[in-house]
Amino acid sequence: MSTGTTKLDVVVSDVVPVNDLVTRFHFRRRDGELLPTFSGGAHVVVEMRDGERTRLNPYSLMGSPLDTREYTISVRRDDVGRGGSLFMHRNVKPGMEMVVSYPVNLFSLDLRAKKHLMLAGGIGITPFMAQTAQLAAEGGNFELHYTCRTASLGTYADVLRERYDRRVRLYHDDLDERIELDRLLSTQPLGTHLYVCGPAGMINWVRDRAASLGWPAETVHFEHFAAPQPGLPFDVTLAVSGKSIRVDEQQSLLEAIEAAGVDPPYLCRGGVCGQCETNVISCDGKFIHNDHWLSEEEHRSGKKIMPCVSRFEGRSLVLER
Amino acid sequence: MAVKSIISRPVYGTLSPQPGKHHLFIADAEGALAIAEMARRAPPGFFDDAEIVFIPGPDGKHVAALEALKPEQFHQAPSFASLLPRLRQTLANAHMGLRLYLAGTEGLIGQAMQVALEAGIDHTSMQTEHRGSLARRMQCVHCKGITENVTTQPATCAHCGLLLLVRDHYSRRIAAFQGVCINAEDRSEVPPMEEIFR
Repeated sequence: MSTGTTKLDVVVSDVVPVNDLVTRFHFRRRDGELLPTFSGGAHVVVEMRDGERTRLNPYSLMGSPLDTREYTISVRRDDVGRGGSLFMHRNVKPGMEMVVSYPVNLFSLDLRAKKHLMLAGGIGITPFMAQTAQLAAEGGNFELHYTCRTASLGTYADVLRERYDRRVRLYHDDLDERIELDRLLSTQPLGTHLYVCGPAGMINWVRDRAASLGWPAETVHFEHFAAPQPGLPFDVTLAVSGKSIRVDEQQSLLEAIEAAGVDPPYLCRGGVCGQCETNVISCDGKFIHNDHWLSEEEHRSGKKIMPCVSRFEGRSLVLER
Repeated sequence: MAVKSIISRPVYGTLSPQPGKHHLFIADAEGALAIAEMARRAPPGFFDDAEIVFIPGPDGKHVAALEALKPEQFHQAPSFASLLPRLRQTLANAHMGLRLYLAGTEGLIGQAMQVALEAGIDHTSMQTEHRGSLARRMQCVHCKGITENVTTQPATCAHCGLLLLVRDHYSRRIAAFQGVCINAEDRSEVPPMEEIFR
């Protein structure tokens, strides 16, 4: 059960290939009404009915928050992932009826900021598409630094340059262009907030440098949806509901719990929001924690797990669920 | 010590050295002692990038102790009002990486915090340590006038003369506690005045 969110019945109104890896999907409400309002940085969880299997993946809304006639998401194809992005690329066609969650924002702008400094890596550009549109409409002060592998994989780089000109700075890995991060972070006016979305390595690097250079934690915002990683199958006992389940190789623990008819709370399904946090009653084996929610101490304690992205290897695991 | 009561009543911590490119200290009177104690826990060279702005108390003490820390800049001011233009200028030209440390009386911490909030520093990002007097800055909710250095409960508004209950309800935006008329129903009822904010 998704906490506090109801579902939206939508129809795919358009499917637009953007480049070799990324395709954009447009959704409208089936009843023709406007979609719920959202703010820049929000995501929706898209339900993918793939035969017997239902996948629920979060994607950032990338359209302007000022236009709620449609929601748009951009999906990067991941050929070695668990198949959600491949399903979107291969099976989703215009006219198809789908279900998405209400928007939820775990990466919102702090509008008290005097300036917004945004750092995007690769497909991490999507929440900034919405945030820059929101800020531009309000006359907000922002600057976007966007790193991509090559110019042809710089998803929406051309659109952003055209819209915002010199407020957007591009860096191409193949041309060996790198953000001069320390200089950038040391020259920002007091009252600037920092936003970073991209690969985990980039987020860790930026957070680490910002902390060393005296950026208070309250001014550093980041979002990284960890896609659930495939792994070895494992067995779990759900103590509260009295069920024993097996988590398949390509399935997340949360999905296996849901498939057994148990309905735990969730929101982001990407290890960020904390809703699905589950207590461990007993275990014999080791945890593979992939979330950004629990502290390192909690990870070591073996007393909690985020079933949306984390796995287990060992003889037995009993959860309070 | 400031005692925790309702959520809006500020609580203060103990100054601790933060990572940063530049460190700005604002202190009055015994607040200097908080800085001197923090200095013992600071890494070598910490004060090379520090500026201390100090308002000495009536006894004029602690100036030498602060100068001995050899901050990059040391500035003395006779009152908060007199240092305000300089503080505003410093913050307007500052970059991310500046860390703010406030130490001393509640009135000083509150007023410096008010200016820093306007400059875009979150209140949770500032280091604070309360030292010295618990006298309060109070705003009368009726005439909106501010009375400084309130030590009694109830207290008389220096502007409209109403007798006010000094509440723990605090505003960071105006850097003052709220004062509400204590005998609005019957002005002839005058509760005894006690000195409690020393």
